[in-house]
Order: sequence, then C-alpha cells, then structure tokens
Amino acid sequence: MRTAEALRMAVEALRVNRLRSTLTMLGVIIGVFSVVILVAIGTGAKNAVEKEISGLGSNIILVVPGQVGLGAAPTQSRLDLSDVAYVRRVVGDPSRVTVAVNSGEPVRVGRVEVFATLTGTDENMPHVFDRPLRRGRYLSETDVDTRRRVVILGSEVAAKLFGDVDPIGRQVTIAGVRFRVIGVYETVGSTFGVARDQEVHLPVTTAQRLIGLPRINGIAVGASGPDEIESLRQRVVAALDARYPGETFSAVTQTQLLGTIGTVLGMLTGVLAAIAGISLLVGGVGVSNIMLVGVRERTKEVGLRKALGARGRDILGQFLIEAVLLTTIGGVIGILTGVGGALLIQAVSPVPASITWWSIVLAFGVSAAVGVFFGVAPARRAARLDPVVALRTD
Amino acid sequence: MSRDERAAGPAGASTGASAAGPAAAATPGATGEPVPAFEAIGLTRSYRLDGGVLVDALRGVSLRIGQGEFAAIAGPSGSGKSTLMHLLGCLDRPTSGTLRVNGVDVATLDDAGLAELRNRTIGFVFQSFHLLARTSALDNVALPLVYRSVSRAERRERAGAALEAVGLGHRLTHRPSQMSGGEQQRVAIARALVGDPRVLLADEPTGNLDTRNGEEVMGLLERLNEGGVAVVLVTHDAEVAARARRRIHVRDGRIERDT
Repeated sequence: MRTAEALRMAVEALRVNRLRSTLTMLGVIIGVFSVVILVAIGTGAKNAVEKEISGLGSNIILVVPGQVGLGAAPTQSRLDLSDVAYVRRVVGDPSRVTVAVNSGEPVRVGRVEVFATLTGTDENMPHVFDRPLRRGRYLSETDVDTRRRVVILGSEVAAKLFGDVDPIGRQVTIAGVRFRVIGVYETVGSTFGVARDQEVHLPVTTAQRLIGLPRINGIAVGASGPDEIESLRQRVVAALDARYPGETFSAVTQTQLLGTIGTVLGMLTGVLAAIAGISLLVGGVGVSNIMLVGVRERTKEVGLRKALGARGRDILGQFLIEAVLLTTIGGVIGILTGVGGALLIQAVSPVPASITWWSIVLAFGVSAAVGVFFGVAPARRAARLDPVVALRTD
Repeated sequence: MSRDERAAGPAGASTGASAAGPAAAATPGATGEPVPAFEAIGLTRSYRLDGGVLVDALRGVSLRIGQGEFAAIAGPSGSGKSTLMHLLGCLDRPTSGTLRVNGVDVATLDDAGLAELRNRTIGFVFQSFHLLARTSALDNVALPLVYRSVSRAERRERAGAALEAVGLGHRLTHRPSQMSGGEQQRVAIARALVGDPRVLLADEPTGNLDTRNGEEVMGLLERLNEGGVAVVLVTHDAEVAARARRRIHVRDGRIERDT
C-alpha cells in the first residue's frame, strides 16, 4: 500500500469522526500551545533582563559594602566620600569612578507631587553609565563641590511634574528645599525593578546634607574594556579590604549579573516548558485512548481489509498514520495559536515574549513523536487482529 | 472468540518464504494437468476454549476443488463448514494437514504471503456484505487493489468495470446505505471480482436477502462461474446448495457426502 493511500484513508477516518478528532486534537493543541507560549515568555523575559543590564552601560563594576547574595543581611554602609577618593586613586583614572547615595522623597511643583528615587551622584556618572540626556546638562564638578541645589529629572518625573512645559530652569521642592532643574534624561526603562525614569539625580554632597548622613551607598567603576573588568574588580576589592580589615566588600560585574540571571531565567523557562510538556503528554494519552476506541469500532473493517489482502503492516501503517496525523495537525494548530498568543501578549501587555525557532521545531517534533509513541500500541493491536475473529465482531 | 481460544493454533504458521508467490502457482503442475484451485489433505482445526477445553472443528478433511468448478459446501450450523471456508480462504491456518491453494502450500507462506494470496487468488463474498459504510460503491470495489499498489486512476477504472459487470454501472457513487440488500451484495461481488481471482468464496451469499434478490445473486454467481471463475458456496440452505454442480456435505468436522 502506498503512503499517499494510507494518508488519504487517515484523513477520511478523521473527517468521519470530526468532533471526536477535534476534541482529541485539542489535548495536543493545548499542550503545544502552552509549550510555545511559555517558552516565548520565558525567553522574552530573559532577553529583556539582559537588555536592561547591558543598557546600564558597558564594563561596569558595582562596589557595595557587605556580602551580595540571597539571604545576605543588608549591611549598614560605612563607606563615605573619602573612600570614593581612595578608589579613584586605586583605579588611577578619577573620571571612571562614580558614586551613589540613594533615598526616596516626594518631589513637588506647586500642588503636583511625585514620589521619586533620589540618587546623589557626581560629574563622572555619565562616563560610567549610559544615561543620555534629552535636554539640559549633566552635573558638573562645581555642582558637587559647592553643594548646589540642582536636579536632573528622569523622563517620567519630568512629564508628571511639568507636562508639556520645558522644566529646564524651573523650581522643584524636595523635603522643603527648593532645587533648580538643570536637565531631563531620556526614557531608559527599568533595571531590576528600579524604574530609572522615576529617578531624580542631584549632587552627592547635596544629597548627603538632605538625608543628614555622610554615607554613600555604592561606588561604580567603569573598566576600560572587557579584559580589564576582572582584574580591576579584584584590585578594588583588595584595596577596600586592606583599608577596612575585617569588613567585606562585594564587587559585582555585569557579566556576573547576566550569568546568574540568565541561568535562573533559563531554568525557569525550562521548568515552564516541562510543565507544558506534561500537558502534551496528557494529550498524547488522549490520542492513544481514542485510537484504541477507533480500533475497537473498526475491528470488522480491519477483518475485511485483511480478508481482501491487507498485510499486518498495512493495517499498522493505516492506524499509525492516523495517530500521527492527529497529533501533527494538533501540533501545527498549537504552534500557530501559540505564536499568535505570544505576539498578542507582547502587543497588549508589558510581558515580553520572544518566539524561538527551536521551541517551534521541538513542539512539532514532539507532537509527531507523541503520535508515533501513543499510536503504536493501538495500531499494533489492530495489525494483530485475527481476520476470522474480526469479521465475526458486531 | 478470544485470542486464547485460538491458542491451539495453526501448525507451521510462519515458515516464511513467500518467494514462491501465488503468481507462480497458476502454471500447470509437472504432470501437465492444471493444478486444482484447492487441494486439502487431512485438514484439522482445533480451538482451545476459554476453559481450556479443546474443540475439534475439523477432524481430517481431504478434498480437491478444480479450476472453474461450482461447488457448495453444505451442512448444519456447527458442522465445521465455516471453519473449512476460513481455511480455504487463507484467513486461518490448519492445525494439521496440508492445504494447497492454486498449487501453493499455505504452510510455506508467512502472514504477508497469505495476505498476498488472498488478495490475488481469492475473492470473498460474505453473508452480511461487509461494505465500508461511508464509502462509495466505486471505492468499496476498488479496495482490494489498494493493497496491490495499483494507481488510483486504474483502480477506479477497474472498479467501474467490475460494477458494470454486476449490473451496477449506474450506482458508482452511491453509498451502501443508499442501496438495497441485493445491490449491496452485488457491490460485494464486484469487489470480489475486481482483482481477477481464481476462486470466489461465498459464505451464505443469499442469507440476508429476500427470495428475489437471492435469486438474482445466485444467477450472477452462475454467470461468473460460466466465465471461468471457480465458485465455492458455503450454505446451510439446501435449495441454494442444489444449484451447485457439486455438493460437499460437512457434518461434525468431516465430509459426510461429496456428490
């Protein structure tokens, strides 16, 4: 018997039991749909985070007091501006070292009030981080040295406080102190849940006075190139350890962050895909079940076909192709709806989705394999039917 | 009947070697005489029932049915005539004894070889027609050719001709449910004929038909026999059996009378 003939028979058999075929397919469709869409979301999340991290700038080393890691208690910072000067000497190039003092305060213009993340930093910030300005200027050395009351607004803060009005040169009030706006940043999105467009930057010295503490939260160092990152990281940590014996300092590089987060999100995607895979497996069991019903129903037909000259393998082929057809059609529909669903999610929600070719190929391959795997037992049962017995069945 | 019942099973079931093939069998034997359509020597067939009891359905049947014969196998129900027909039709294998179909010893054939023998040498007509319900008369008739890898166009052409031959040239696209019992049985006969078999094996072909349709089917079988195809009827109906030129009476698994 030719394959084309077996295919025609299979299509006919599925067409005859349209509702049953559709419902059986639905199991496979849901399985494949879930695999495709969950892998797309997982991959999308991973891509988005990686983009966020590399969006910070390149070759950045973040130095913070204490141990960084899960379960580590937050450490009270004992670093201050003298330590920044110390690190600058260690690095050798002062412009590649910048500082951060963080706080949260409401920022007010007239009656409009916006809660913003205040970050005290200095004139070197734009040398280390990638933070383009939309309007105005960055902080200057004089701003820091003279504790000027000037701010640069994140794009969202600027839009909420001033709307369409150009904020440059205007006043904002933070904790009862009036500041002059000198710049507005471009929209950059968020990093690690920090909405960077809701930040307000001010001179680190001004920030320390506002908060009332001479401490800083962290030091950021920009390496001159990827090859220098690791050696520079070790040098900075060693220098701080030497300065404060018995204390711990951590220096995290983007590569480390990317690695850790990439691994975690990769695992998460894998787990999601595995859970979706289980539903595909359940769909496969449904196929097996319905094929067994089909074989039982068509026992007499199998007997007749054998009497007319069908060999065992003709019958095996017929039922196997039917099962594989059922799952691959389901697979294709699942892939199409999965891809459509992923695109829809991306279009209407903030959840990023990225369709990967391997998940589609895999989903198709697995659904075909499910057809073979779960179709073989019913098909063999049909192929082994005794024609005499089968013909007598009612 | 379950698988277990049949466990007493055919002797020498899969001795393989279908190489000799049924096609070679049509040539006359060494003696110069044409080989008989069926030649059975001491056929037995036993079944083991679920309880483990051994039932002998056939207890040593020897017979010869020549090419182009018209024979009826008659006997009461339970006599073993159906079992005999299944053996002759290669749907089943004997427990012991030798069966040659068109000169080929079925013990030398594996299951695929038997399937091919059925496909090329034997045409089946069943009491309950056994047509595929949702399939047109044309496609029903073409079915045996599917297992011969004949092209679709040729299948349809030959099936059309076969339906024409049984007087149903105007019913090609009808489904079984749209036809009378007599017409359905004629479709089944067309299906049995489409592969140009040497023998038609008909199991109670008139059993589900009224007198007029039964008469029509019998007439058709007689005409086909005159055309050179051997016809073997299995029936418990004395009137039907009477129309055959040769009557083989089976009782209690043995041939009682052969006239």
